[in-house]
Amino acid sequence: MTPIRRLLSRRAVAAAGALLFGPAAAAVPYIPKDDAVVLERLPIKPGDSIGRELRELRARLASQPDDLDAAVSLGRRYFRLAMAEGDPRFVGYAEAALRPWSGKDPPHDVLVLRALLRQYRHDFAGALDDLAAAAASDATDPEVWLWRAAILLVQADYAGAASACERLRETSQTLDWIGCKASVDGVTGKAKSAYAQLSESLARTRGVRAGPKVWMLTRLAEFSLVLGEPDRAERHFKEALALGVNDQFLLATYADFLLERGRPADVVALLGGWTNADALLLRLTLAEQATRAPALDGHVRTLKARFDAAALRGDKLHQQEEARFYLHVLGDRTRALALARENWALQREPRDARILLEAALAANDPAAAQPALEWLARSGYEDPRLRRLAAQLEAARR
Amino acid sequence: MRLAALLAALPVALLAAPALAHKPSDSYLALRIDGPRIEGQWDIALRDLDFAVGLDANADGEITWGELRAHHADVAAYALSRLTLRSGTAPCAARAIGHLVDHHSDGAYAVLRFVAECPEAVSDLEIDYALLFDVDPQHRGLLRLADQAATRTAIFSPERSRQRFERAEASRLRQFLDFANEGIWHIWIGFDHVLFLLSLLLPAVLVRKDGRWEAVDAFGPAFWDVFKIVTAFTVAHSITLSLATLGVVSLPSRLVESAIAASVVAAALNNLRPVVRGRRWVVAFLFGLVHGFGFAGVLMGLGLPQGALVLALVGFNLGVEIGQLALVAAFLPSAFLFRETTFYRRVLVVGGSAAIVVIAALWMVERSLDVKLVAAAAVPYTG
Repeated sequence: MTPIRRLLSRRAVAAAGALLFGPAAAAVPYIPKDDAVVLERLPIKPGDSIGRELRELRARLASQPDDLDAAVSLGRRYFRLAMAEGDPRFVGYAEAALRPWSGKDPPHDVLVLRALLRQYRHDFAGALDDLAAAAASDATDPEVWLWRAAILLVQADYAGAASACERLRETSQTLDWIGCKASVDGVTGKAKSAYAQLSESLARTRGVRAGPKVWMLTRLAEFSLVLGEPDRAERHFKEALALGVNDQFLLATYADFLLERGRPADVVALLGGWTNADALLLRLTLAEQATRAPALDGHVRTLKARFDAAALRGDKLHQQEEARFYLHVLGDRTRALALARENWALQREPRDARILLEAALAANDPAAAQPALEWLARSGYEDPRLRRLAAQLEAARR
Repeated sequence: MRLAALLAALPVALLAAPALAHKPSDSYLALRIDGPRIEGQWDIALRDLDFAVGLDANADGEITWGELRAHHADVAAYALSRLTLRSGTAPCAARAIGHLVDHHSDGAYAVLRFVAECPEAVSDLEIDYALLFDVDPQHRGLLRLADQAATRTAIFSPERSRQRFERAEASRLRQFLDFANEGIWHIWIGFDHVLFLLSLLLPAVLVRKDGRWEAVDAFGPAFWDVFKIVTAFTVAHSITLSLATLGVVSLPSRLVESAIAASVVAAALNNLRPVVRGRRWVVAFLFGLVHGFGFAGVLMGLGLPQGALVLALVGFNLGVEIGQLALVAAFLPSAFLFRETTFYRRVLVVGGSAAIVVIAALWMVERSLDVKLVAAAAVPYTG
């Protein structure tokens, strides 16, 4: 029995049971008893500074819908909010601001912003088209190359990503270029030099703001894990957390690390307040499963409802998380494998490979893991955890 | 340089940000078609309504039931002005009939209940959906459309904001088969029709000679006799069934029921003391007219689908004929085989007819006086 199977047989049954026998997710419409009942809390209070800023920009745009500066400012503001809050409604609002330029040949700034919005929705082809058009109008804009590299990394086009990073060498500062390059090196068998270059560059650069620093420390932690240095990884995680920036990328990566190290109680403490973001709620639920926390049943139902709602809408943005949910929480290996395969068609980062390998192993279908195994061989990604999964799959095939 | 801003954006892209996302904006629109009337329930997120029409009157970032209640008219006007329903090309005016609240996985929703009246029974439904698309192109309208037989789902987006829903062919076929099935079933449980037909068919394999029944020599004449009777009965009841179903003629059901019972008595009596001999098909035709009204009563009791009246009528009628033919197919060969036996001639034709006279006479009394006399009447007369 593989460890995954053992996990499935013990806990998944309980979670699936909770889903079946818990109260129905959809309640019956009702009339609240009291006028004072608070039904909803808005993510942005109208009186806050952000609320005021947005209102002013919207008013400017309402009086002059083709005011390029106002539209891009409002769109950028909404996009930053979408990132910070993890709320896709803001992406829709940003798109609405750009509508006057939906015809042919939009200006450079509109193209770049539209690319960001498109990649957010996983329309990678559309985003790359916009970035190509934006590069044609102004090739010295480093943002174009940074985003191009980021998208190509997700698609596992490492040569393309590396050459986009090279364009940053001329157009931006050294730390941008090093950060970009290290991201490629870290997944292509050069984690050691990626770690060395990035940590050195970070130490040398003065005045790096907390946000970018959190990102770089998280990357350093990841490279350390790939290099089999968990203690050093945890030092970087803690350094990043100490900067006091709420960063979902950091929280998700650190939570995964803690789950792997068998420290679910630490994950519950870390993510207790993060039930709104699906990816963090998934990690919290996994931890609650291990600690048999009372909140588990409710969180399983919430996740299921959110994934079902996305499916109803036809969205395929959550498949990596959904596959993990079906595999590790509900124990539905067939569904998990189907989701992991579909996800791999769109996204090919190490964590996407990992869930595909795990799901194929659990479903005893080594052939389904073939694309991820090929990627592992081709990229040279060194992560010992993925190498172990690959070896298990090879053994299962025989 | 823009270093800080750039790198702050990078990680989110690398993580594939939407994986961290909340749910995007969706509304849940449920429509149920019932003849010319469409009943709707529309769940719209309070956050979306606040963005579109402004609910947070005191600007404290919280939406209370009181604030929502104060905006019910605005919500209904806003939402219904962005939903156009058409039956064929004729618009169906919608009005709000109720406001409630519900919770989905991403928060509280206003639940707007409404009805839309179309000029005639909805055949093909066209829906124009434009809620929130102007302010959030990522908004989606998730439709559940309930028809008589099937429930369909669809997704509205800015690219697909107008969609047309034809009443599905498959469901029409199923409706047709359902009605045919009802027709067959009705023949099997409608003893009066069976007894009427049997009364006419019993003597088909016999000829009357010197006040006694004798067997016919060949199958041919017996078959033709049956053929004429069944055809006449079919044509006659089809005529009145159609006329009554389409509303051209209508008779009180008590009169129809009593007349049907009387027709059974008359047909059976004719076997005991023949009045009409060679032309029993004429009897079948005349009384068939009465039975047609009875069939119509059953069919209308089933609930006629508006807009598929003819389909129901043809389906039901076909079912009746199938049931009737099955009866004839079972009867004729065995009757022909046993026609020379005393059992057939004495017991079945004479004794059977006498029994039918008694039963049908009791029905006739029951139905005309609206009382119950015998246990057999516990099988309710439904046509």
